[in-house]
Amino acid sequence: MGSSNYEPTSKAAKWFEERLPILGLIHGTLGAGYKAPRNLNYWWNFGSLAGFMLVVQIITGIVLVMHYTPHVDMAFRSVEHIMRDVNYGWLLRYTHANGASMFFVVVYIHILRGMYFGSYKSPREVLWFLGLVIYLLMMATGFMGYVLPWGQMSFWGATVITNLFGAFDFYNGMGESILHLLWGGFSVDNPTLQRFFSLHYLLPFVIVGVVILHIWALHLPGSNNPLGIDAKGPGDKIPFHPYYTAKDAFGLSFFIVILAIFIFYLPNIMGHPDNYIEANPMVTPPHIVPEWYYLPFYTILKAVPDKLLGVVAMFASILIFFVLPWLDGSKIRSAKFRPVTAFFFWLFIANAIFLGYLGTKLPDEIMIHIGGGLDALTLGRIGTILYFAYFIVIVPLVSRMESTKPVPTSIAQSVLDSRKEA
Amino acid sequence: MLKLVKNIGLMVIIALGGITMAQASGDSAYHLKKNDWPHAGPFGKFDKAALQRGLQVYKEVCAACHSLNMVAFRELTALGYSADEVKAFASEYEFADGVNDDGDVKYRKGLPQDYFPAPFASETEARDSNSGALPPDFSLLGKSREHLSMFTPWNSIYGEDYIVGILTTYHEEAPHGVVLAEGMHFNEAFPGNQIAMAPPISDDLVEYADGTPATMEQIAHDVATFMYWAAEPKMEVRKAMGLKVIIYMSILTILLYFVNKRVWKKVKKGDDLV
Amino acid sequence: MITNDQAEHSEEVTRRNFLYVASGAVGAAGVASAAWPLVNQMNPSADVLALASVEVDLSTIPMGHTVKILWRGKPVFIRHRTESEIEQAVADDHADLKDPQDDEKRAIRPEWLIMVGVCTHLGCVPLDQRGDFGGWFCPCHGSHYDISGRIRKGPAPRNLEVPKYAFLNDTTVKIG
Repeated sequence: MGSSNYEPTSKAAKWFEERLPILGLIHGTLGAGYKAPRNLNYWWNFGSLAGFMLVVQIITGIVLVMHYTPHVDMAFRSVEHIMRDVNYGWLLRYTHANGASMFFVVVYIHILRGMYFGSYKSPREVLWFLGLVIYLLMMATGFMGYVLPWGQMSFWGATVITNLFGAFDFYNGMGESILHLLWGGFSVDNPTLQRFFSLHYLLPFVIVGVVILHIWALHLPGSNNPLGIDAKGPGDKIPFHPYYTAKDAFGLSFFIVILAIFIFYLPNIMGHPDNYIEANPMVTPPHIVPEWYYLPFYTILKAVPDKLLGVVAMFASILIFFVLPWLDGSKIRSAKFRPVTAFFFWLFIANAIFLGYLGTKLPDEIMIHIGGGLDALTLGRIGTILYFAYFIVIVPLVSRMESTKPVPTSIAQSVLDSRKEA
Repeated sequence: MLKLVKNIGLMVIIALGGITMAQASGDSAYHLKKNDWPHAGPFGKFDKAALQRGLQVYKEVCAACHSLNMVAFRELTALGYSADEVKAFASEYEFADGVNDDGDVKYRKGLPQDYFPAPFASETEARDSNSGALPPDFSLLGKSREHLSMFTPWNSIYGEDYIVGILTTYHEEAPHGVVLAEGMHFNEAFPGNQIAMAPPISDDLVEYADGTPATMEQIAHDVATFMYWAAEPKMEVRKAMGLKVIIYMSILTILLYFVNKRVWKKVKKGDDLV
Repeated sequence: MITNDQAEHSEEVTRRNFLYVASGAVGAAGVASAAWPLVNQMNPSADVLALASVEVDLSTIPMGHTVKILWRGKPVFIRHRTESEIEQAVADDHADLKDPQDDEKRAIRPEWLIMVGVCTHLGCVPLDQRGDFGGWFCPCHGSHYDISGRIRKGPAPRNLEVPKYAFLNDTTVKIG
């Protein structure tokens, strides 16, 4: 990132810039010094929105820690203390809880935008990797954060998810040893809560570090764009400021309205009511459900009959995104010019949403009343096969065999073409 | 062609969504009655008279078995009581206050900063007194029994409706073919229909201080209102602030929309390229 | 590069500038309002404020005794003074005082002396009925206070602080 052509306008800025060239760095990353393709659409707003949510989560999180107590006897009560006694405590906690969900919404859209427009393809593979690392770190952070209020879903979610690692039982007692290491005991208990608290505080700052790398890796090749073609000529690009700062500011303001609707009017809709019951190791809730953003992966886990293979499938369903740049053999990035790819992309999203929905169901629940009835488990298996088929069969074949539509020679040319049409 | 592909994709999503919603609405034999709550909706405010009656029901009936651990007497000013009334209310309770010179527990009168005392000293004692069942704490029941559905809001179960359902749908005798376990009672709203709590309220169980006729429905309504307040005491502040924030941010969004439009005026149509 | 069109009507420039300034102002005010909850959360919470005042039953304190209670995390001395102690305290109004203050200004009712039991030197808790003046003595650095809690000898700069208090009736005092 950074820009060598930054010219400070004031004497003070010049004096400072000679000693620490941070103004030039900002100018070159988020200011007029960064030249971005002129045709970015609103799907490109979600990167800055994700950055905003990260900041919101860190600020509200630091403030909540001033009142929260990470101890099994006091955690639940200290959260209620925040909700009832601390000045604006309810606002801070509802913002943090709903902010986590909205952060995932934004990041999912950001990832899917990258998939649709081929942003993962050469030369942006490392940018894609770093994004996936951020996503994995977010999953870990979100999971550990959900444990902290020490409600029933916190406790049983932690129990179920940590038990996954017990599947790696390659020789006698290894699985159990891993679990004891994770728990700091023989079950999820106070040592577990305290280490989750420590890591939940640490990981967001690791995310900040990876985000900086992510932006760095973005600025070397520059942003991709809806056409998926390289922005070369001067007419293809415009300065980030004021064009995209204005667009991001508008998008952010609109997004905050949506966020506010959740925080102020639907604060508990994305949470689980059982988490308003204090954790009790003696009573398992009838139905343990993870937060919505893990649900598709939870279904994949449940779809595989073998414990170890189920866990492997679940991790593979996320890690497979890392090889996407090589599974996709197309010379064209954007699905705009690859209609078959676009069709399967939407099918993939529909399947992922359906898998997520199945995640909330008990395995033997009858979902579709045809013949003897299709239960959630069977449908989950079909969805899981479809999910992996997308990566292993559909993308490699379609990307290599599809007859694509003509691609404009340059971004500027496409703008001029649409001018003529109008 | 591109449009067509997109439309097919969207249709698939909508179709799947439709299936899931239709499925979600099809289950559960008993449907809770939806009541009108003055505190529901974006402009909802608590009915203070109902809260005060609900507090009276809690104190005279429910408190024999159910704790209210998270609520302090001082918070009762939100029900419309003055500071002195809260002080008087608190002083009707007694709290252990250290030991005297002989090593016996001393007692003092309750103060506004004290929390509602629990009826049982421990979970074990509570279970012993209730044929093995644990009467749940009331502080968060209004929220912990609700099931909100984002995509099928008509399937949402609100905590208050659930509480009213539990209190008013006891059957004196279990329906034909249902065998109740020892000490259990048949209740339509309770998951599994077998509840350990005996029917707790009936007509004229309490005599309301404000003279409202104490029908079973009225008592259920009042205590459910009170329990929802206990679970979400900041609801009124929250909704009021939300309205301000949303109006403010909408104005800013409109302003920024025009700023963005102005900034992009030349570039949008490619005037700079000609 | 895109530059502003020089030929733009000045009226439009004014309108545009107004739009930018208005958006900037609304945005900045919004950020400032959002910052307030983040600051205000550090102020004492409702449960802490509920403990900001305590009521003490004086009927159990015999004459000639001091009771020490905890108020806002600090000790408060409540001394039921005898007739001779009150006489002594009033007489000392004219003594050589480092921080001159009449006894009647330090006690609403002369028989009840209520003070924060924190030495004004470096915050230790003075000992009851010690020192050269029949009042309190701070063992940390040797400050002597008289029976009105005034500093008489030693490094402390000021008299022991009298908190805000009021008698609700003859036997109940509300501190804070």
